[in-house]
Parts: sequence; structure tokens; C-alpha cells
Amino acid sequence: MSQDLRHQLVHFDETDEGVLRLRGQLSIYTVSSAQERVARLDTQKDLTIDIGDLSRIDTAGAWLLCEIEAAGEAAGNRVTLQNVTGETATLLSSVKSAMPEKQVAVKTETGFAVLLHRLGEKVSAGTTFLLELTGYLGLFFVSLGRVIRHPSEFRFTSLVAHAEDVGYRAVPIVSLMAFLIGVVLAFQGSAQLRQFGAEVFVVDLIAISILRELGILLTAIIVAGRTASAFTAAIGSMKMREEIDAMRTLGLDPAVVLFLPRILALLFMLPILGLIANIMGLFGGALMAWIELGISPSMFRIRLIEGTDVSHVFVGLIKAPVFALIIGVVGCHAGMQVKSNAESLGRMTSNAVVTAIFTVIVADALFSIFFAQVGL
Amino acid sequence: MKDTSPKDVVIEVRGLRNQFGSHVVHEDLDLDVYRGEIIGVVGGSGTGKSVLLRSIVGLQEPAAGSINVLGTDVLADVHAARETLDEKWGVMFQDGALFSSLTVRENVEVPMRSVPDLSPSIRRNLADLKISMVGLPYLAGDKYPSELSGGMRKRAGLARSLALDPEIVFLDEPTAGLDPVGAAAFDTLIKNLSRSMGLTVFLVTHDLDTLYAVCDRIAVLAERKVLVTGSLEDMLKADHPWTREYFHGPRARAAFEAPTQQGDAGGAT
Ligand SMILES: Nc1ncnc2c1ncn2[C@@H]1O[C@H](COP(=O)(O)OP(=O)(O)O)[C@@H](O)[C@H]1O
Ligand SMILES: [Mg+2]
Repeated sequence: MSQDLRHQLVHFDETDEGVLRLRGQLSIYTVSSAQERVARLDTQKDLTIDIGDLSRIDTAGAWLLCEIEAAGEAAGNRVTLQNVTGETATLLSSVKSAMPEKQVAVKTETGFAVLLHRLGEKVSAGTTFLLELTGYLGLFFVSLGRVIRHPSEFRFTSLVAHAEDVGYRAVPIVSLMAFLIGVVLAFQGSAQLRQFGAEVFVVDLIAISILRELGILLTAIIVAGRTASAFTAAIGSMKMREEIDAMRTLGLDPAVVLFLPRILALLFMLPILGLIANIMGLFGGALMAWIELGISPSMFRIRLIEGTDVSHVFVGLIKAPVFALIIGVVGCHAGMQVKSNAESLGRMTSNAVVTAIFTVIVADALFSIFFAQVGL
Repeated sequence: MKDTSPKDVVIEVRGLRNQFGSHVVHEDLDLDVYRGEIIGVVGGSGTGKSVLLRSIVGLQEPAAGSINVLGTDVLADVHAARETLDEKWGVMFQDGALFSSLTVRENVEVPMRSVPDLSPSIRRNLADLKISMVGLPYLAGDKYPSELSGGMRKRAGLARSLALDPEIVFLDEPTAGLDPVGAAAFDTLIKNLSRSMGLTVFLVTHDLDTLYAVCDRIAVLAERKVLVTGSLEDMLKADHPWTREYFHGPRARAAFEAPTQQGDAGGAT
């Protein structure tokens, strides 16, 4: 067996009798050059090919010979192969019988109609998606109701485990994020307010923006990234391995066993995380105000209590349960859309994160409009 | 072709030892595989059939021993061995192990991309030919692995392992999880392909019907080594307890006593 198949070539000799004699190897490594050579043959006459001198022929070579034969027949010529050994004949006949018949896949149309069609499909898919999300929200409330009537069905351990995952483990990242936001606000605010000599209003700036908006919004965004993806991955991989189907046949309702503890854990933990973010944000702001503007912590405290209404805290935290529901429902829904292949798991996981963050921001905007209208 | 002497040894395993931690899977294992034969490797679950296959193709580094494939020492320099051997062997993993982001045709084209100067249109045609040779319909080439049934995925995996016309193919439990009809068709396919392409087939299997229908020789893996090798008749005569139980159990009797209808029934390719 020759060591390096790649460096053997195929040679074509044309004998006086018009026989095409092949030497060397006719294989996948030489089939391209051989085909170029064959394309230059005179197609208007019968052809005899002698393959007795070939040192090696594989399916690619056999394919080429079959193609030549087929092309010759199509042009009305006879193609004859000479000196075909037993093994090569077996190979040739099995390749010949396997030569695929080209079938044209259903042609996809192009043009304006198709664009319109796609647009329509997207819109209808979007509507279906929203309807499904609403359905999952309903499912959550139904299973909540059922568990309230039959508390024994509820998995308390599971709730605690998820609460630890969703809440406790997120404390460091949420705290750090809020602290830095406070620092940034104080820093930027002081630079602007100093121009008017209104440095002390930096306290109001920090307090209102963190308590009303940023604390809970950024916490929800971080939790959406961490938790929606985790929900989708966990539920999706169970879906992939048919665990969910198994659950159903065992009389366990996935909505109760899987969705309820997860979404409830989020509902309980997100307000707490939001509160932690508020405190850390104020702390970061106070620290920076002290360093940058010389507003001492006690002054910061007095100004905070006098100048900022406590309603800001409630306006901020009232959004937390809504954000929690959004994140939880989106994550669980995406998990249930996973098909039986690993790729859809990855796609649904990233979809879940994007959808959750986007929906949280939309909800926040709606809240802002609402509060502005009612004058809070 | 198999009884020409002297037999041409294509795989030679000597003194192989594999262990995971303190768990010794193989010890002092010897095995020869001859050119052009279909060898069936059988053994209980967890006896190390897959580990043996992985060792031979260089995916698992043994603790000791030597492995020689087509005159190349696999263990001496794994990378150098890969360079020369990758185009001479093909491996079909359980369930095909197709790349899920590529269509079946693109999957089959993957090994062909290493061939220099192969024009894309020929590559495509050759991939279509391979897909057809393993008995898949033409339009299956455009499908993604997730759109195929288990049996079709296995065929597609086989097509990919045959892409470069290897001299040896390794098949890990090719018929596991297939229905009996699909498994029988796959057996016929393996046998026909090995004849027409002059393949040596290293077949790990649990399936007695497969052993009966396609294997020229059987190697029994037990007690950390290849206990016996030989034809089916030799297996029936062997008196090791596991071998006896395996080849004389009720399922074995059913498989061997069944009329040999599937032997040549399928020009299914
Ligand atoms: N990567 C690994 N790490 C630890 N143990 C392994 C590993 N791969 C296989 N084994 C062990 O080696 C033994 C043989 O496995 P395997 O070859 O897969 O069995 P089978 O004969 O069923 O194919 C098993 O006991 C398994 O636990
Ligand atoms: Mg195995």
C-alpha cells in the first residue's frame, strides 16, 4: 500500500487505436483533474477506456467512469471499459446502481409576494408568541390556585432551592452593579450640579433615580440574564430527554412541579434583590458624594430623609413582582419550546434572555407612563 | 477473500492495558484484524468494547501496549498517525454523531474538504453518491440531522465515515436502537458495502442477528481481554461460561435457528 495517496496522479495515454488508457490512481485525490481532462475528449465518437493499468480506483473514480458512460450514452455514443478486474467490476456495478437521480427540491419562490408572505408569517408568529406567553401566565395562576387548595402538592424544598439559586447567589453581582451605578451617578451629577452651586441636590438625583428606576430595572436585567437562561436550559434539557413527557405519564403536572416553584422563587426574591440594590446604590452614591463633594454621610442622610419622599421606594419596588413574572414566564415558556436537538436548546436559551430583557424594559416604560399619568 | 494465506493483518493490538483510576478495563489484550474481513466484537455491557475501539482510533490513550494499524504505530505519535490514517479509516459513532448545524450532504462533505483540489461540484456529487450508497433518498441530503429518524441518522453517519473510501471502518453498535427490519437492512448494507468497496469492518455489537448475518469472525471480550476469536461455529463450541451463555441463550438460539432469509435479500442500497 503506497504511503502517500495524495501525491499519486492519474495519467491519460491515447493509443493509436483510439483507446484511452488510464495509469496511476483514479480516486478522490485525482478525480478533479481527471474530470477536466475528460471534458476535453471528443464527444462525437465512441470511446474505449482501458483501466487495467490503474493502481487504485475508489468510489470517486468509479463515479467518474459512470458519469462518462452516462454522458456518452446521452450523446448516443458507446463507452466501453476494458480490462475490468473482478473487484473493480463489483465496485462499478454498486456505484452504478447507486448513482443518485437528481431530484429538484421544491423550488422556493422569490419576489415581492414572498417578502409579504414572510412578513405575514412573522407577524402571526409574534402574535402567537404573545398569546402563548399569556397562556403560560394563566397556567401559573391556575397552578398557584390549585396548590393553594391542595398545599400537599406543593414542593417546598424545590422553592427554597430555587430561591437560593435565584436570589441568594445573585446578591454579590447585584450589589456590585448597584454600588457602581451609585458611584457613577454621584460622579456625573456632581460635575453638572457644581456649575450651579447646587451640589447638595446630588442626593436627590441619586435617590430618585436609583429608588424609582435604576435599582430595580438593572436588577431585573441582571436577573433576566442569569435566571431566564437558567430556567430555559434546565427545563429545555428535561424536555430534550423526554423527562417532561415522563412526568406527565406519572401524573405530575410540569406547571406545578417545574414552573410554579421557579416563578414563585423569582416573585419572592426579586423585590429583595431590588431592595438590596437600592441600599447599595445609595451607599455607593453617598460614598462618592462624600469624596467628591464633601457631603458627609450624616448630611446625606438628613437630605435623603427630608428631600426624598418614601413613595419613590414603593414606585420602584411595585414593579418588582411584574418583572419577576415576566422573567419567569418567558424563561419557562422558552424551555418548553426546546425541540429534541441541542441546537434548539442553545437558540431558545439566548431567545429567552433577549425576550426577557426586552419585555422588562417595555414594562418599565409602561410603568413610567402610568405613574406620570396618575401623578406619582 | 478472507482465507488467502498469509493473512494480511491490518490491525494488530498487543498487550493493551486500559484503566480509569484503579478500574482496569483491559489487561494484556491481544487482537488481530485481517484485511477485508468483518470482525464482530461482542461482550457484556461495560466490558470495554467502546474503549477498545476508541483506543485503536487514537481517541483514548492506553496505559500500556502497542497498537498497529495498516503498518503505522498509532501510539508512537498520535498526531503523525492521525495525519496518515485519518483518510484510511472511518469511524461511525453511536447515533451517527453528525454535526447538527450542517445538512446531511454537508456532513458527508466534511472529510472530503481535506482533499486538495477537489472541485466543489464534484465534492457535492460524490456526497450525493455516498448518501445514495447507504440507502438514503436523494432529498435526505438537504435535511438536517434533527429532521431524520434514528435509522436514517445512522446511515448518514455511515455515509460520512465512508466519505474518503477508507480501508477500515469502525462501527460502534450500528444496529442498537433500530427496529428489526431497519437493523436487518443495515446489516445487509454493511455486508454489501464491505464487499463492493473491499472494506475491513470493525464492528462492535450486541446484536446476535448482526453477528450471524454479517460477521466473518467474532472476538469475545470478557475478563479484560479478548477471550476467544473465531467463526460462529467456534463460538458455539467454546466452553467459557459467558460465551456459552451468550451463544446458547434463548435469544441466540432464536437468531441462529431462524432461516437465513436476510442473507442476500436486500439489494436495498
Ligand atoms: N472516560 C471514562 N472514565 C472513566 N471510566 C470509563 C470511561 N470510559 C469508559 N469507562 C469505563 O470503562 C468500562 C468500559 O466502558 P465501555 O467501553 O463504554 O463499555 P461497553 O463495552 O459497553 O462499550 C466501563 O466500566 C466504564 O465505566
Ligand atoms: Mg459502548
